[in-house]
Amino acid sequence: MLCSKRALTAGAGVVAAALAMAACSSGAVSSGGGGGDGKNVTLNLATVNNGQMKDMEKLKGEYETAHPGTKINFQVMEEGDLRAAVTADVASKAGQYDIVTIGAYETPQWGANGWLVDLTGPLKSDAAYDVDDLLAPVREAISNDGKQYAVPFYGESSILMYNKEILDKASVTLSANPTWQQVADAAKKVNTSSRAGICMRGKPGWGDLFAPLTTVVQTFGGNWYDTSWNATVNTPEWKQAVTFYKTLLDTSGEKDPVSYSFNECLTALKEGKAAMWADASVAASMLEADDSPVKGKMGYAHMPVDKTKESGWLWSWNLAVPATTKNKDAAIDFIKWATSKDYHKLVGEKLGWSLVPPGARQSTYDLPEYKQAAAAYAPITLDVMKSVNPKQPGVNPQPWVGIQYVSIPEFQDVGNQCAQLIADYLANRGTVDDALGKCQGIAKKAGDAHK
Amino acid sequence: MTRSVRGGLVTTLTWVLVLVFFFPVFWMIINGFKPEAIASSIHPKVFFSPVTTGYQLAMDRGMKGYLINSITASVTATIIAVVLAIPAAYALSIRRVKNVESALSFFISTRFMPMAAVVLPLYIILKNLGLLDNIYMLAVVYGAVNLPVTVWMMRSFFLEVPFEIVEAARVDGAGLYREIVRIVLPLVLPGVAAAALISFIFSWNEYFLATLLTSNAARTTPPFLGSFVDGRGQFLAVLSAAATIAALPVILAGWVAQKQLVRGLSMGAIK
Repeated sequence: MLCSKRALTAGAGVVAAALAMAACSSGAVSSGGGGGDGKNVTLNLATVNNGQMKDMEKLKGEYETAHPGTKINFQVMEEGDLRAAVTADVASKAGQYDIVTIGAYETPQWGANGWLVDLTGPLKSDAAYDVDDLLAPVREAISNDGKQYAVPFYGESSILMYNKEILDKASVTLSANPTWQQVADAAKKVNTSSRAGICMRGKPGWGDLFAPLTTVVQTFGGNWYDTSWNATVNTPEWKQAVTFYKTLLDTSGEKDPVSYSFNECLTALKEGKAAMWADASVAASMLEADDSPVKGKMGYAHMPVDKTKESGWLWSWNLAVPATTKNKDAAIDFIKWATSKDYHKLVGEKLGWSLVPPGARQSTYDLPEYKQAAAAYAPITLDVMKSVNPKQPGVNPQPWVGIQYVSIPEFQDVGNQCAQLIADYLANRGTVDDALGKCQGIAKKAGDAHK
Repeated sequence: MTRSVRGGLVTTLTWVLVLVFFFPVFWMIINGFKPEAIASSIHPKVFFSPVTTGYQLAMDRGMKGYLINSITASVTATIIAVVLAIPAAYALSIRRVKNVESALSFFISTRFMPMAAVVLPLYIILKNLGLLDNIYMLAVVYGAVNLPVTVWMMRSFFLEVPFEIVEAARVDGAGLYREIVRIVLPLVLPGVAAAALISFIFSWNEYFLATLLTSNAARTTPPFLGSFVDGRGQFLAVLSAAATIAALPVILAGWVAQKQLVRGLSMGAIK
């Protein structure tokens, strides 16, 4: 009995020790938490893992030196993890982050929910920041009811990229504004058994397959919803667009397209395994990088169209300040610095002019050094980004602002489920009618909630 | 078919299976030494000039801190799970309490609910307690998650102990504490080692909770590995290098405990 008591005491001791340890804040990774005492401030920044963000992490020391007592703590995450972690934090008002990196898809929704600090005033009142220099379509996409809830760190559209050497050998020419039919014909001519005529995304996912496919649907006259939020997926325009996409891939695309997204197509283009590629404009800077085997051999054109004048998408990664931060002023100051004209110059001078974040500011494209370093792709990127219309990218009006996505919380799920159905069709595991019929049901449920 | 031919076929099949299972690990290790362009190449390349850029990049991103957090969380969680599982399993096997079956069912039923369904209330509780992003909180959660499996494993090991030995100890005047610590535990030590190692591996590899319940100070290695995935660029070499480093402690722990582990894992097998 005495031993039983001892065992119980020992067990209770272990639990108490564990709880005591739990109460202690610790950790080997640089500790976060806002200082907020007016002197020493630690800003926790959650961000996505891409080149431009990693460059910002490299240069944060410049800001810290100029602002003694301020420390920027970067937490880099995979895109899906970032969405999950930041959404949980912001929605539950946990307040773990002072600055968050969010996409153009989330920004207007989160702003409308009151989760983000309204930046309209602080940006307009700072003449040196020159908020009007930000590209208008990008600003539109990250605003809600005239209020701007984030600042664009980097932006992109989609363009057609092609290997000029391959096309020249086959005597194929493309205009600066080709149609999808012209591109399909060209792809067929340059397609061989060891080289795809064109590489297009087929990997299921709302941000993978549906990024280019939605723009194809829109230029063929279709869209996800009409102005009354009625789902319009089972329409002839959708069927025509999706069938065209599959025929293009079957005739001239890469083998096993459902395994291909941005990175796979980038590798295929670099290694000469594909002649053309319609995807994010930021890819051009990678194809023109010093270590790229196709540097100087590439040609660029606007995203192919059918019934619309433009069909490029619009995406930006933005910096926003959650409403729960205890360091609002310091956080706003930092995001203004990271998206300022001076920061763009700093990147150019310290890391190289081709690494300046594209697609955010008009003035970036006026910098002589940037114009020279990015001569191959900067003009078309700016041209396309200024030409796209996020309010009405397709033939008919739509009740949301955005091109390759629908700005409703349900869209991630709708897009992912429908992408899986379309990917099954691309892989010959189903029919187009079946895929679009099921997708219509999924989209209808989401749309009905917004009527 | 003669016996020797059959034996040869079994041996060949075994080697093929070993190679199939080991190949991804081998490929990860050599990818870590490739330049990024070669690692992402469409046609895999076996011959290349090795570089350590991937390892340098991983360490420059502060991998050491994440490894320390993982070790802290995994070791603490394992200690919690083992220390609590031993008396629980003992009460469910040798010194039986009432309704053993119901207790066992309750233990295992806590694992039936998907972690995704548990994470939201857990997140809110921890947020209200101010315990988000705390490495010891994560260890307590891991300990709790691993406890049912550890109890079940320990119980099967305790059942292997001949009851006569326990009775003899009792006749000689051994109390409960002495009975467990001096008599039974030494007999099932390989089993305890196996259960501890499995608890350690589960905690070390855990990704989902670590992603959502930590943000900065308590971030562990699995979400750190995930952070190398880049939607707009190649990352296979640096990810392989970081994953190789992350796998080393588990491989090392398994290698050190190999003898105990084999004995422990086969203990409950011959009933």
